[in-house]
Amino acid sequence: MKRAVVTVIGNDRPGIIAGVSKTLADNQANILDVAQTLMDKIFTMSMLIDITEIDAKFSNLQVELTKVGQKLGVSIQIQREEIFNSMSKI
Amino acid sequence: MDINKINETIQMISEEHFDIRTVTMGISLLDCIGGDGQRTAEKVHRKIVDKAGKLVETAQQLERDFGVPIVNKRISVTPVSLLAGNTDYDGLIKIARALDQAAADVGVDFLGGYSALIQKGSTPTEKMLIDSLPEVLSTTKLLMSSINIASTKAGINLNAVGKTGRTIKRISEVDPLGNAKLVVFANAVEDNPFMAGAFHGVSEDDAVINVGVSGPGVVKRALETVRDRSIDVVAEKIKTTAFKITRIGQLIGGLTAKKLGLPFGIVDLSLAPTPARGDSVAEVLEEIGLEQVGTHGTTAALMLLNDAIKKGGVMASQRVGGLSGAFIPVSEDAGMIDATVAGTLSISKLEAMTSVCSVGLDMIAIPGNTPASTISAMIADEAAIGVQNNKTTAVRVIPVPGKSVGDSIDFGGLLGRAPIMPVIEKSSTAFINRGGHIPAPIHSFKN
Repeated sequence: MKRAVVTVIGNDRPGIIAGVSKTLADNQANILDVAQTLMDKIFTMSMLIDITEIDAKFSNLQVELTKVGQKLGVSIQIQREEIFNSMSKI
Repeated sequence: MDINKINETIQMISEEHFDIRTVTMGISLLDCIGGDGQRTAEKVHRKIVDKAGKLVETAQQLERDFGVPIVNKRISVTPVSLLAGNTDYDGLIKIARALDQAAADVGVDFLGGYSALIQKGSTPTEKMLIDSLPEVLSTTKLLMSSINIASTKAGINLNAVGKTGRTIKRISEVDPLGNAKLVVFANAVEDNPFMAGAFHGVSEDDAVINVGVSGPGVVKRALETVRDRSIDVVAEKIKTTAFKITRIGQLIGGLTAKKLGLPFGIVDLSLAPTPARGDSVAEVLEEIGLEQVGTHGTTAALMLLNDAIKKGGVMASQRVGGLSGAFIPVSEDAGMIDATVAGTLSISKLEAMTSVCSVGLDMIAIPGNTPASTISAMIADEAAIGVQNNKTTAVRVIPVPGKSVGDSIDFGGLLGRAPIMPVIEKSSTAFINRGGHIPAPIHSFKN
């Protein structure tokens, strides 16, 4: 399975989770795990998603998420999982 | 997956200037030697475009995949003097132009390898290559050059040191920027991914991917969390941070090589600054406890930094190579520039610092009226440090015509801005004019 991590950071407002989840659903990316919290009123969310089916279209998903982020006024990043593993594990 | 680890990675990249400084493809051009310069030039161009055509595109895709910027994509090639043994001056220029054109055609930022290795002696071709530098460096854009004038095994070629000093003056008379693209080495390494000194050694594969990491900002931020703690804690902190930085270099380099179907060479464990604030090696040293870089204690702090980076990085990567250490280029580091302007940092102190780190007197602007023999003597001093201590050292100084101490010169981009530094005015001419060869040190005879 190929996985990626989506991180969302910004001012809290209605519709962030909905907006991000809808974009992922529209792109056939399955959400495997979600962690969400408010740190000092800043909305932060990390999602682990399955991108096996859409590996070739990874860049498209990236562009769409960036657009959604701009609409919602939050910063959305998506990175392949390997970078987090390689940095923290031997 | 631990959410704190995710946040840490995101923060490193977005706030602390972490990046991969360069993915460099080394390409052997030994199979491109033609009957004359023209034919060699054509083959050289064809091979580079063939091998590196997809390098930039591949690296850009990996940047998007992992969200890590790869600042430069570069190529290093076989030292050109080895390709031009049967070539006249015009032919050599054709090869230089072909290299520059090939670099532009594949879209890389720099191409290194217009080089000569003359630590022991030089062939007519190598002399011709050095004579061509004023023309080549002023008429090409992306081509970088290096000359190796000393090694622990061979000693110091004082004839070459003298000639190189005179050449640096001639380059500056045409265009001082040319000297930002030329580095003079002792103990040059064959797998260095960093510029201006990258070339692809003859013992290397046909083509290979090498990676240089960066990230002084990340180290500085990490050290901010251990203020007032013992120096042991500082060393540990740098080690663990270097490990993380290097792991990303290892990941990106390995994937680039795999996608291009090439072997992965080495990770160069370096701390390379950029002129951006917060991306400075000087600021790391200051965070360790110096009011300003260049003051007493700088050499000790730098020694600790350089050593801890290696210890953390070695564990994080499969193969380590290149220069591997902290870089201290003056014009490319905001903190170094500040210290120079304030008068805290001198060439003498920088020279001392080069005995404990990679690489040398780097990106230092000096007055335009500095005699060639003084530049040669600076090169000889650096070479002596390298030769005696079994390490790479280098000189990249830029005499700036018409400018003196108090002025500065702006190179733009990653090369930054350099205040003119004072040099000692007493003459070294009689020493350099002796010529000949400084013998290899006794400890090089190990067999």
